[in-house]
Formats: sequence, C-alpha cells, structure tokens
Amino acid sequence: MSSEKPPLLEIRELTKTFGSVISLSGVSTTVRAGEVTCVLGDNGAGKSTLIKILSGVHRPDGGELLMDGKPVQLGNPRAALDAGIATVYQDLAMVPLMAIWRNFFLGSEPTKGWGPFRRFDRQRALETTRRELGDMGIDIRDPDQPVGTLSGGERQSVAIARAVHFGARLLILDEPTSALGVKQAGVVLRYIAAARDKGLGVIFITHNPHHAYPIGDRFLLLNRGKSLGDLAKSEISLAELTRLMAGGAELEELAHELERDPSTGEKTATP
Amino acid sequence: MTSATLTGAGDERVARVGLVKRLLLKPELGSLIGAVLVFGFFAALSDVFRSARGVANWLDPASSLGIMAVAVALLMIGGHFDLSAGVQTGTAAITSGLLTTYYGVNTWVALLLSLLLCLAIGFINGYLVVRTKLPSFIITLGTFLMLQGLNLGVTKLVTNTVVVSNFNQIVGYDVLKAIFASEVTIAGASFQIAILWWIVATVLGSWVLLRTRFGNWIFAVGGDLTAARNVGVPVQRTTIALFMTTSFAAWFIGTTQIVRLTSIQAQAGFGQELIYIVAAVIGGCLLTGGFGSVVGASIGALIFGMTSQGIVYAGWDADWFKFFLGAMLLLAVLANQYIRRFAEQSRR
Ligand SMILES: Nc1ncnc2c1ncn2[C@@H]1O[C@H](COP(=O)(O)OP(=O)(O)OP(=O)(O)O)[C@@H](O)[C@H]1O
Ligand SMILES: [Mg+2]
Repeated sequence: MSSEKPPLLEIRELTKTFGSVISLSGVSTTVRAGEVTCVLGDNGAGKSTLIKILSGVHRPDGGELLMDGKPVQLGNPRAALDAGIATVYQDLAMVPLMAIWRNFFLGSEPTKGWGPFRRFDRQRALETTRRELGDMGIDIRDPDQPVGTLSGGERQSVAIARAVHFGARLLILDEPTSALGVKQAGVVLRYIAAARDKGLGVIFITHNPHHAYPIGDRFLLLNRGKSLGDLAKSEISLAELTRLMAGGAELEELAHELERDPSTGEKTATP
Repeated sequence: MTSATLTGAGDERVARVGLVKRLLLKPELGSLIGAVLVFGFFAALSDVFRSARGVANWLDPASSLGIMAVAVALLMIGGHFDLSAGVQTGTAAITSGLLTTYYGVNTWVALLLSLLLCLAIGFINGYLVVRTKLPSFIITLGTFLMLQGLNLGVTKLVTNTVVVSNFNQIVGYDVLKAIFASEVTIAGASFQIAILWWIVATVLGSWVLLRTRFGNWIFAVGGDLTAARNVGVPVQRTTIALFMTTSFAAWFIGTTQIVRLTSIQAQAGFGQELIYIVAAVIGGCLLTGGFGSVVGASIGALIFGMTSQGIVYAGWDADWFKFFLGAMLLLAVLANQYIRRFAEQSRR
C-alpha cells in the first residue's frame, strides 16, 4: 500500500436518511486499485444504501466521495458508469430470455457499417464474449444459450465478466454469494480475485465473514447505519470479524447459551 | 447457428442440450410446421387452392395482415400491445379521403398529413405508456375507443354518411394505384403488389430485430425492463419508436385499402387489432414480451390467409374459419408456453 498515490475511491463521513430512518450515518472507507474492500453487516445495516449511493441511484445527504483524490458527484446510474463504477446485482441487469452474448453487450453493442446500414457487429460480440468469459476462466458451453438457462453462479460470473470488460475501474458486488451453494460461491469468489488481479478496485458486500475474510484487504463493518470499524486485514482476525459481524456480545451470549445445555444434561435441544 | 463453430469440438455438454431443444428455441418453428400442415390439408382438399389463382387469392389477405403483423410482433416482443392498431388503419384512410375529396387538399399533402396524424397517435400511445407505466393494454384500449368514435363521428359530420368515397377521382390516383394497389400477372393469375411490400416489411423487420442495436434493445425492453434500464438502454425511446412503427404500418395499410377500394367505411379496421395479435402469437411471440420472431408473425399471417380462403375452396361454411383460427391460437399459446419454460428454466 503506497501512501503517495491517492486511493481509487475514498468515502468520507457519508450520511443518508429516508424520512426519519437514518440509513447511513458518518460512514467512511477507502478502496484501492487491485484491492478488495468488504462491506459486512446484518440485514438493514445500510449496505445496499451505501452501494446505491456509489452507483448513482441515491444522492447522499452528507459526506464526500473522492475518486483518485478528487471529489465526484454521481447524479444518476449513467454518471457512475461513465466514472468507471460498475455494479453487479444477483438478478438485475440480465434478461433471462436473451442469449449470453446479447446480454453481454446490452446497452453497449458494437456496430459496423454506416448510416442506415449500421448494424450490430454480431461476429465481434460473439467472439469477444467467448474470449472475455474464457479470460475470466468462466466455462460457458454456448454463448448463444439464453441467460435464463444458466445457474445463479454462472449468471453472476457473466455479469462480473461484463463489468470487467467494459473497463470498470471499480466493481461493486451486492451479495453475489448469498444465494449460492458452497461450490458456486467459491467460483464467484475466484472471479472476484481475478478482477482484483486485473487491477480493479472491488467492493464486496456480504453477510458471510467466511466469504469476506480470505479475499478482503479491508473490512467495513456496519450496524444500523453506523460504522463499527473500518479495518485493514492486519488489524483483525476472522474470529474477531465473525464476532463483530454478529453483534459481538449477543453472539457470545448465544454461544454460551447453546454450549451450556449438554453439560447440564438437559435435553432441551436434542435433534 | 453460430454456436457450433464457436464452442469448437471440445465441450461434450453442448451435445447434451440436444438439437431438438435448440430448434425449439427458434420461435418461428411452430408456425412453420403449422403452415406446412395447413397448406397440405387444403391442397389435398382442393385443386383450386394450389393453383396459381388460388395462391394469389390466399396471399392477398395474408399480405395486408402480414405487414401489420410484422409491426405488431416487434411491439409485442418489446412487451406491449396496441389495441388501436386496427382503427388507426381506418383513421389514416378516412383522413386522406376526407382531406382530398371534401377539402380539395393536394393528394401528397393529404397523405403526409394523415401519416403525421398516425405517427402522432403512435407517439401519444407510447408516451403515455412509458410515462404512466400503466399496461399498454388499457392505454391503447382508451385510444382505440376514442379513435373509433372519431372515425365515425367525423365521417358522419362531414359526409352525412358512414363512408368516404370517390378516392379514385383525386389528382395523382394513378401513381397511388401503381404504388399501393397494382397487380402483376404470373402464370395467368394476378398477384397484388402488397405481397411484395409484405416481403419487404418482413425482411426489413427481421433484419432490424436480429441484426441491429435497436433490435437488441427491443428484446431487452420486453424481456426485463429494469435490467435494460440499468445497463443504459434508452427504454423510453425504444418503446415509443415501437408504437410509432405500428402506427406507420397502420397508415400504410389504411392507404392501401382506400386506394384499392376507392372508398372506405367509417368502421374500417375495427376488430382487426386482435387478428394482428393472433398472427404474432401463432408466429411465436410471447404475450409477456421479450421473445418472438418477425418471420414467425408473417408465417402466422400466411396461415390466416390460407385458412380463410382454404375453407371457401373446400366448400365449407365460412363460419368454420373462426373455429380454426381459435384452435390454432390455443395450440400456439400452449407451445409458446412450453418453449418459454424451457428457455427460462433455471438450475439455481
Ligand atoms: N428507499 C428507502 N426508503 C426508506 N427507507 C429505506 C430505503 N432504502 C433503505 N431504507 C432503510 O434503510 C435501512 C438500511 O437498508 P439497506 O437496504 O441499506 O440494508 P442492507 O444492509 O442492504 O440489508 P440487507 O442485508 O437486508 O440487504 C433499512 O432500515 C431500510 O428500511
Ligand atoms: Mg441489501
């Protein structure tokens, strides 16, 4: 981590309220190119609110966003895309009935020809899709098959490959692994690592500390809109992350409770 | 079709998807099989049906329906219906007819004005749909009723009858007839030029849908509106353009009709809107949008033409036609449903 170069993205004291609900208050973190910042928190912690601000869907009520050290305003999704911020949702931004290659270039189709003969360069789209997916190590049988026939993990991978291809500098993934099985989640985590190794900054949102810890360089912990900590990997262990994640004391109490039963011989929770 | 070369020889899982299932994903396949069966059926029953005169006869209703079906299919793939498409053909013809025969407006100016009127109706349909986010079904039901009332009301007001006639007495009628309603004699039977325009519309519509960016946007807007918007597809422009395309087709068909018949009834086109949708659905368009084929819709129109004339040639009562059409529609909807489930099945 060289301190001379400003980070790709810096979030300073971000605040967002919806009416009387304080969704985010005073949240700060940084994302560097080639690093993964994980955002962890329980349901309703404000994770999605944070990424919606970063992808231009919501406007913050307070705080600052800096890219490469310069303040930026992200007024709408297009502005965020133009700034190189690509967001990947579990099911959004893919049309199930359309072929993979058509989805891959949707909204940014390459064209050839001129005037009234300007047309979708299908050959290039097909080839690029295949190549890009291959580069990410994604094994797709047939780019012509509808996206709807892909598994959740494969679909997620195609979306990541697309974001990487369109030159996103900052990749945001909102709970890409939460709906997936162990194996599929592993596949997606590997693609996140591949994107990181390509030099992208990554924001990875998850519930699961076991997914976050191995891949994360930095961890932002949210609870009810407040930051519980913004820590580098060296400053925190997996056990501690898990503990903070689950609301600390509450989990300890829960663990205590669960452990006591067998020792006292009570058969309260025998399966 | 390109997939075989792309995936190369290596991947054994491609074979598992199976040629049959891959073919099933071609939306026009069902209608093609249907067309062959319908042709075979009536050709076996009647000599006239398969003669040049018979072919010319059933291609004629197929062509004017087909031109509309192409536009309506594009709109349906984009996720919308236009119930006002039928009466718009009447609106176009009545406007051109009244302006020329009653108000002495120059023929070309009158045609241009009726075209602009139709495009404006299409724009309003599309604009209301994207603005209100209400189902296009209800929006265009509104414009349908309004136009139906206007067509009748204005015609009665101006002519005191329910028909606009004498269109063949306007200046430049010969030119119009050559463009919209001339006939070509092939093998002793005279074929309408509308058949040619139908083929042009089919090729053009299919090219736009499958080979242009706009075509990709049509699939996306009909398939998943939020997804399309999130990747930067101009969803509003795309939707409005589709409604305006339908209106353009309606203008073309309305003009063809008044040129051919030299007069137009105030109720012209009423009820046709459902036939357009039937043709598109027989051609493989899903009612929910996002999937379908322009070629399929044209084949749907062909099936309509063959059945409507074939029943006459077979010497049956014309009432059976509706029964056949309905049965075919049901079959098509069931087949489409199956294909959709296959295409969308997810192994999540
Ligand atoms: N558009 C909105 N209007 C009103 N309140 C909102 C809105 N969006 C979010 N909130 C509120 O802000 C809080 C944080 O929501 P957010 O969706 O960011 O949580 P999250 O961390 O993503 O939760 P989950 O893990 O369940 O996805 C919640 O209390 C939610 O009710
Ligand atoms: Mg969320």
